[in-house]
Amino acid sequence: MRSVLAEAWTIAAKDLLLEFRSRTAFLSALVFTALVLAIFNFARDPTAVSATDLAPSVLWITFSFAGVLGLNRAFSLEKENRAIDGLLLSPASRTSLYLGKTLANLVFVGAVEAIALPLFALFFNVPLLDVLGALVLVIALATVGFVAVGTLMSSMAVNTRFGEMMLLVLVLPFLLTPVSTAAEITAKLFAHRPFAEWAPWLKLLAAYDITFVVLCTLVFEFTLEE
Amino acid sequence: MTAIPSAERALKRGGILTAVGLLLVAGVYVRALAFTPEEATQGLAQKIFYIHAPSAWVALYLAYGIVGIFSVLYLFLKDPRLDLLAASSAEVGTVFTTVVLVTGPIWGKTIWGAWWTWDARLTSTLFLYFIYLSYLVLRSAVDEPGRRARYSAVLGILGALLVPFIHMTVYLFRTLHPMPVVLQPGRPRVPGPMLVTILYAFFAFTVFYFGLLWRRYAWARLRAARAEREADGADASR
Repeated sequence: MRSVLAEAWTIAAKDLLLEFRSRTAFLSALVFTALVLAIFNFARDPTAVSATDLAPSVLWITFSFAGVLGLNRAFSLEKENRAIDGLLLSPASRTSLYLGKTLANLVFVGAVEAIALPLFALFFNVPLLDVLGALVLVIALATVGFVAVGTLMSSMAVNTRFGEMMLLVLVLPFLLTPVSTAAEITAKLFAHRPFAEWAPWLKLLAAYDITFVVLCTLVFEFTLEE
Repeated sequence: MTAIPSAERALKRGGILTAVGLLLVAGVYVRALAFTPEEATQGLAQKIFYIHAPSAWVALYLAYGIVGIFSVLYLFLKDPRLDLLAASSAEVGTVFTTVVLVTGPIWGKTIWGAWWTWDARLTSTLFLYFIYLSYLVLRSAVDEPGRRARYSAVLGILGALLVPFIHMTVYLFRTLHPMPVVLQPGRPRVPGPMLVTILYAFFAFTVFYFGLLWRRYAWARLRAARAEREADGADASR
């Protein structure tokens, strides 16, 4: 078990180092996020819909699209020069390859979210500080859920025609549960509702995470060449 | 070389079962319209139920169940026939889901006054439809048969787990869809003649589904066998 985690960390560190050196994907995801937040602000009638009513959906649509953008990176990186063959020949197990890739994607998407969240609070004028702890927990849970599924899907999508389009088609149905539960909880948090009111959604989100992290880890090896 | 004649025979037999299924489905119309009493509050609009509910049973449970089961079996046994069977079931299931999604709104407009609501059953059916579609799109985007089979099996399994989650997600919001009237333990509320029609309709649609599945699967086998023969022929002439 420890060696699986150690290998996973090595793979994640390799991916993150590559990203840290070029920063192309990260910066473009960040600019994309800022643009979406800005455009959303003009796509509503400020006199009809108040910013706090719209804020949860804006936040979650932005996060999910920025997340999907980041997911493409993980395996298209390995496709160039068939670097994936090197990884498969290495003694690292397939499970640690999946966990490593998921971990790197989590850090990537998490970093984008960490910068986008204050920007969101600024643009939409939402007071975040008093609900920050619960909000971060929800963001973390939802991100784990969709990154777990997204990493698996991107390993398949990279080997199909129109891979980037295919990734969206494959991932979006799976976003419904994490994104809608997270948006619902966010809305309740902004409205200062008691915990008992959003606990069922939190349970569902946690159940989704457990189910899909386990399932994706189990089936990942079938997306690789034998 | 026996693969082609046996697939051709299966295609013919599947055709016969499809024809029988089609006749039984025609019988559903006759029985539902002429020999079943009208529902008191909904009137004629309720008749669509005899098509809608059996199609939903086939699309959501039977067809997708077979996709899920054969996807798991494929990953363990790696027999290409299991993959063809799952793919055939997905294609037939897509057709039945289309029927569900077309007949539902027609009834909804009359009874609810709205073509569509974001209710738990409607949403999970719609997302099942999306999964069926992405399953078929994924298959069309991968050329190598082994890889196509593995990828679609992975998606088939994930989709099978996603649908209950979507149902629960939307169920937490609210639900407007009528509660089940056929399989509800304790109190059978559907009057006898209607129940007979419903049960008969479920049977007819199930037979029709297996007919289509058989035929579609035989066709897939025939196509694979012909592709193999062509490849062999190309090798021999070289």
